[in-house]
Amino acid sequence: MSDSERTPLLEMRDITKTFPGVKALDGVSFDLFAGEIHALVGENGAGKSTLMKVLGGVYPHPHYGGQIFLDGQQRSFASVRDAEAAGIAIIFQELSLIKELTIGENIYLGREPQMFGVIRWHELYHRAQDLLDRLHLTLDAHTQVVRLGIGQQQLVEIAKALSHEARILVLDEPTAALTDAEVEILFGILTNLRARGVGMIYISHKLDEVFRISDRITVLRDGRSVGTELTNKLDEGAVIARMVGREVGEIFPKVDHLQGDVIFEVQHMTVEDPNVTGKKLVNDVSFSVRRGEVLGIAGLMGAGRSDLLMGIFGAHAGRTSGEIKIAGQRVRITNPADAINQGIGFVTEDRKRFGLILDQTILNNMTLAGLKRLSGRFVTDLGAESAAGERAMKELRVKATSVFTIAGTLSGGNQQKVVLAKWLLTNPRILFLDEPTRGIDVGAKQEIYGHINRLAKTGIAIVLISSELPEVLGLSDRVLVLHEGHVTGEFTRATATPEKVMACATGHMKAA
Amino acid sequence: MVERPPATTDLAPVPESALIRAQTRIGRFKIPTEALRAYTMMFALIAIWLFFQWATVDARNPYGLFLSAVNFSKLMQQTAVTGVLAVGMLMVIVSGQIDLSVGSVVGLAGAVAAMSQGRGLIATLVAAVVVGVCVGALQGALVAYVNVPAFIVTLGGLLAWRGVIFWLTKGATIPVEIPFFRSLGRDMVMPQVGYVLAGLAIVAILWSTIQRNRARKRHGLTVVGLTSTMARVVLPAIVIVTFVWLMNAQGGVPIPFIIMFAVAIIGAFLTRNTTFGRYLYAIGGNPEAARLSGINLRRHILAVFSLMGALVGIAAILHTARLSGATPDAGTLMELDAIAACVIGGTSLMGGRGTVLGTVVGALIMASLDNGMNLVGVESYVQPIVKGAVLVTAVGLDMAGRRKS
Repeated sequence: MSDSERTPLLEMRDITKTFPGVKALDGVSFDLFAGEIHALVGENGAGKSTLMKVLGGVYPHPHYGGQIFLDGQQRSFASVRDAEAAGIAIIFQELSLIKELTIGENIYLGREPQMFGVIRWHELYHRAQDLLDRLHLTLDAHTQVVRLGIGQQQLVEIAKALSHEARILVLDEPTAALTDAEVEILFGILTNLRARGVGMIYISHKLDEVFRISDRITVLRDGRSVGTELTNKLDEGAVIARMVGREVGEIFPKVDHLQGDVIFEVQHMTVEDPNVTGKKLVNDVSFSVRRGEVLGIAGLMGAGRSDLLMGIFGAHAGRTSGEIKIAGQRVRITNPADAINQGIGFVTEDRKRFGLILDQTILNNMTLAGLKRLSGRFVTDLGAESAAGERAMKELRVKATSVFTIAGTLSGGNQQKVVLAKWLLTNPRILFLDEPTRGIDVGAKQEIYGHINRLAKTGIAIVLISSELPEVLGLSDRVLVLHEGHVTGEFTRATATPEKVMACATGHMKAA
Repeated sequence: MVERPPATTDLAPVPESALIRAQTRIGRFKIPTEALRAYTMMFALIAIWLFFQWATVDARNPYGLFLSAVNFSKLMQQTAVTGVLAVGMLMVIVSGQIDLSVGSVVGLAGAVAAMSQGRGLIATLVAAVVVGVCVGALQGALVAYVNVPAFIVTLGGLLAWRGVIFWLTKGATIPVEIPFFRSLGRDMVMPQVGYVLAGLAIVAILWSTIQRNRARKRHGLTVVGLTSTMARVVLPAIVIVTFVWLMNAQGGVPIPFIIMFAVAIIGAFLTRNTTFGRYLYAIGGNPEAARLSGINLRRHILAVFSLMGALVGIAAILHTARLSGATPDAGTLMELDAIAACVIGGTSLMGGRGTVLGTVVGALIMASLDNGMNLVGVESYVQPIVKGAVLVTAVGLDMAGRRKS
């Protein structure tokens, strides 16, 4: 029987989901058959996770548009529990296990076998152990989760999903934290489940895995489906072309920056995972930046881009090693204060978490990093501070009543400008920008692009991380591509194409 | 080099929504919410004063007793110890920490000071402050460098230091014998000295206002108008002169109050006009952002606990002097009064928010309730109930007001 005649296990029709100002999903249709592994691929922010959150009841009905059918029956889920009851289990990237509890307790959390409210521990552990054995996991159900490696926790998470008698299993980047041996175990389990008729949606940035395990592939781009194909009718190149296929030129004025001498060099930078000993988040990365140059760092989620900059800045929790030279001089940076003194500024990602003190004024936020430079070592000079703050506000066009407006009341774009101003007021020679336009509207993005170009023109060396490929390609003079902590490609503006960069970012190609 | 075309958005008008500032509407008036919060507590304090004044009217005191020179002087003395502790506590809480040990350390520092009297006055006073700083630094180091939560470290301190007091004093009360030591807690300065200090305070206010305006002019910012400049100098001047005049009618301004006032002024300066103070607010507001901005969190946490310790030493001197002796249970529950004063004054226990002015007002409210209820003859079991209710109500109103804005 061919696919077109069978009733799909799951069908999502015309799914649309909007957030204030952003259309995350725009009429996406997607289906899944029993006993199939259907891969879902796309750039960061293409809408994969949002689609799965609609499926899993995280964004409940009626907060999305479109319909969901299970076995041909229309369904709508009001909550995560509803979706679970319908046999849908989602394993997100962030694990949801409670570390202090045992494997068995975690698997049956909230559904403990009980009599008159008393938990029947024997039955619970017996059933849990049974489940682990069936998955060929050599784990004891009495083990505390905290004592497992991240990879084993991932496998326990899958066991938990199966204990729900899930018919549809969604795996979001399941191999991100797994060792090669664990990946083999996982793939064994998935093949086994496929034979038992479970439908699986497999989200991954790693195209080699996608091609190895999946039956069909759907590519999402900018919240739309670019099409679904049988895996054996596609190759990696074709998938990459679908992932990136869009015009880059228009929104980015091509600006060639006047470049000076090399001001910043990083050699053999290695950053270890603070939680997993021996795991290297950044592995022997070297690069250099010239005055007035914009170096873009491309890569997918988890490639180690932010870890690299955090490591250089002396702010990473894990062990770091490597050599840093500024203007030819070797420098030692052990904490952010050292980095700032050496003239490095760092517009960190996630402005609400790392960048701003939301309930303080614009001025206090702007002058935080450069306070001692602006107003004396101990006694502050409000006049000098306000003058600097008001100048920065005008230059960056921060839209607010005054420098005394509370930062938390500003729009995302204006908040981002405040963070940018904070670092410009430290008078940096080298400026790191980590996702400087995440979550801000198109107009504000344009302004930030303008500022980046203008700053480069003044001779500041800029290192830019962005998950939006067009942004990296449109702004950078040179692009460095990371994949799993390694440099897998380096391109000049002339040679960089979206296809080549994406191929390096997915580990499909090396062009270093 | 290629010239860049200007971005189109550079010319876009400022959207209306970006101009809205946090305001609270009261009838026809719109007041910045931040300022409103500060004034509310001030009004609450005045309301409490007027209430007790009315409640103490009787045949012998047709105008009430509470705000009479005698009682007001006493009230100021009672506020001093809590006020000094609260200023230190404010800085601890603003940086996102807590210190539960201050009551026990007040007792400890007082006991050590009283035991040091044989070595002279200076040694006695220094001993109290040194004990405070050492204890603060030890606890601060445990919080900052060993990562034990401040709540746990200082809860341990609350228990342990009280034990140390009994160990050192064998449970006996040590009387204060040096006259000057005793006078620090209960005497007044001569009326002339009071006026001189008032004059100095007014000159200082005038000078700082002028400095501020000059600085603004130098950096090309708009200068505050003459009328409002005068208001900023004249109003406090009237309050200060009236206060000193009232106190002089009763022999002079109490020394403990002068010390508290000095501590508050230094505290206000530290929190508002120094990088140290600014960093405390940053650490309490968002420790991650503060760390990434190059602030050494550990050093500042150590420093703020040490500073708290120094103020505990000063409070211990005042308290021991007022009681004319160091008792083994001196200072019990003072940490809670200090925390309550901060919280009533609008300090957030989550860190990052609070002012010295608010805290001093909070301390005055707590002391006024104590003093007023005693004066009116409220049953002793009712008094803590009222204070507890006031504390919870103050924070409840603050939270309700914030949800709306």
